[in-house]
Amino acid sequence: MDTSTHSPSQAPSAATPSVSLGNGESRISRAKDKVKLKAESVDVFYGDTQAIKSIDLDIFENEVLAFIGPSGCGKSTFLRCLNRMNDTIDICRVEGRITLDGKDIYAPERDVVLLRAQVGIVFQKPNPFPKSIYENIAYGPRLHGLAKRKAELDDIVESSLRRAGLWEEVKDRLDKPGTGLSGGQQQRLCIARTVAVSPDVILMDEPCSALDPIATAKVEQLIDELSESYTIVMVTHNMQQAARVADRTAFFHMGDLVEVDSTDNIFTNPQDQRTHDYITGRFG
Amino acid sequence: MSNLALIAMLLMLMALAYHLGLTRSRAVASHRDVRLHSRPGYYGTLVALWCGLPAFALFLLWSLFAAQLVDTLVVQQLPVDLVASLSDRELQTLMRRIAALADGRGVAGGGSPEELAAAAHMARLETIGQLSLAAVTAVVAVVGLVFARRRISPHWQARNHVERVITIALGASSAIAIFTTIGIVLSMLGEALRFFSFIHPADFFFGTVWNPRFSSAGAGAQGQFGLLPLLWGTLMVSVIALLVAIPVGLMTAIYMAEYASPWLRSVAKPIIEILAGIPTIVYGFFALTVIGPFLSMLGDLVGINIRTTSAMTAGIAMGIMIIPFVSSLSDDIITQVPKSLRDGALGLGATKSETIRQVVLPAALPGIVGAFLLAASRAIGETMIVVLAAGNNPVLHANPFEAVSTITVTIVNQLTGDMDFASPQSLVAFALGLTLFVITLGLNVIALVVVRKYRQQYE
Repeated sequence: MDTSTHSPSQAPSAATPSVSLGNGESRISRAKDKVKLKAESVDVFYGDTQAIKSIDLDIFENEVLAFIGPSGCGKSTFLRCLNRMNDTIDICRVEGRITLDGKDIYAPERDVVLLRAQVGIVFQKPNPFPKSIYENIAYGPRLHGLAKRKAELDDIVESSLRRAGLWEEVKDRLDKPGTGLSGGQQQRLCIARTVAVSPDVILMDEPCSALDPIATAKVEQLIDELSESYTIVMVTHNMQQAARVADRTAFFHMGDLVEVDSTDNIFTNPQDQRTHDYITGRFG
Repeated sequence: MSNLALIAMLLMLMALAYHLGLTRSRAVASHRDVRLHSRPGYYGTLVALWCGLPAFALFLLWSLFAAQLVDTLVVQQLPVDLVASLSDRELQTLMRRIAALADGRGVAGGGSPEELAAAAHMARLETIGQLSLAAVTAVVAVVGLVFARRRISPHWQARNHVERVITIALGASSAIAIFTTIGIVLSMLGEALRFFSFIHPADFFFGTVWNPRFSSAGAGAQGQFGLLPLLWGTLMVSVIALLVAIPVGLMTAIYMAEYASPWLRSVAKPIIEILAGIPTIVYGFFALTVIGPFLSMLGDLVGINIRTTSAMTAGIAMGIMIIPFVSSLSDDIITQVPKSLRDGALGLGATKSETIRQVVLPAALPGIVGAFLLAASRAIGETMIVVLAAGNNPVLHANPFEAVSTITVTIVNQLTGDMDFASPQSLVAFALGLTLFVITLGLNVIALVVVRKYRQQYE
């Protein structure tokens, strides 16, 4: 379960056997081969600084893809390009082409509102709205007119909370503020909120970095379950987490996508020296 | 020696004391080859404080009580039968005349021999007093200096002592503000109670007619002091002002916080805040010469009779004045709403305006309500605009296009010109002021509580 404690002096072959891959084997078998999101020579600039350098990446339907890499390597920035959350940052500029189901998401006629309904995002820090639990979930469906009657909305709220594994914990206090939940519950509430608008893809930006180990385990289990129906792209700082939940893993370094491969291969047989150094804890 | 020279002398002594303390502590440190408890600067400061503070305290005490002491001595000097023949008030007048003579200012008709003698005596006493004060202060200062300088040793915890003096000084400063507030309230309360000895509180708080005849009309003509027309006028003008300021101010705040480019923001915000810096009297005559005539022209067009000076005129001008209060405070509060909440809504596919209306504003609402309440208390206490533009007509009516009067205007009216502070006509101003104070205090307290509650949510 632990990659970061390997001493730098160990050879890669000696280091890798101790990496636990969890249920990695079964996960790979589930990976599909239909491309859901495709990035072609994507560059991202903050003002004059280039944060992402010409990245090409295919993301397949119903896979769990993890982005790993040291801080400031551009993994979050790239993730946020996938549903155009970077639009909210004034100085950020995206070049290149990103397609969802073959259609350019940066095309001028593309409606960013509909895109974000299709590609949902869960953030690093749980950010429930200062409203009731029910209203937190109902917000998205209302926004997009997904429910015509109150009963339908109730159904969406319940099924979303069930999917996020939160229903049993909150069903008696749906009218209580979402901010009153514990950190882990808040994060699952945010996942339920994202699920409620039935997206195809869910982006997760370090979803467990603000959570304790038990809450983290719950969220990881949830990601595993959600991958049945959604394509999930997650950024993580925690290599064990990537090893536990991801079908494939992409390693970012200084704005480059160094290597992307099945999680197994990345952790046991990295092709690039930088990947090797990173997963064996030589830097990071 | 004048007081100013005395203070200058004290300051110079303190500077000298600082220097002596500094050199002495350095000498101690080098001679005995030991570590001082504090840096030399602290010893210098402490010696200066020992030199200055007791002397200054003495000086203050003297200033408080010397005049009274001199007066008492002078009165004792006056012929006993003269003092006995005078009433308190006449005695006060006499003392004023003597003081004027002693200062060399002279009095109308020259002074009588007794007055002149007393004045000479007073002048002599004051000179002696000043000289002895200077001498005593200097002695105390020097004694303090020498005492403190001798105490300098490695064990003397100068830094801790200086810290304590600073703490006490800061505490005393805040106490001044608090005691002033309490003093103002008590003085208002005292005068208001005197007013209520003339007029029954029920007649004041629930009276519907405001007609305070002038006190010169004689004791029989007491007048009617009903608060309600004034309270109603105040409320009407304030509500109109808030109806103007809240929508405009809030929308300005939203635009500034969410949409404006940094450049526009940096230019526009100071310009909006200039509105708050315009003297209210200027708003008053702006209302009188521009808003009023414009409204009455508008009224002519649609066939309503609108007076130039009316609740509407004053309310609109006041509304413009408090726009920056609403916009500035709301802007700060909207900016404080964490970006993560905005991202959450945007990430679900909300548009920018949906995000603002449905997530940002509800999250900021308690703070914004606080801003509204502060603006409201400002509007209720505003005086000059209503003095000029509201028409001063203390009558209960519901037409905003008619002239009204407010509590503040009435206070101005009752306290300008010749006053007799024993009559209810003047004393009513204190009762009105107290009412106003209670209303604005209540609003401020509610605003503070609301704002504090909001803060707890995000920190």
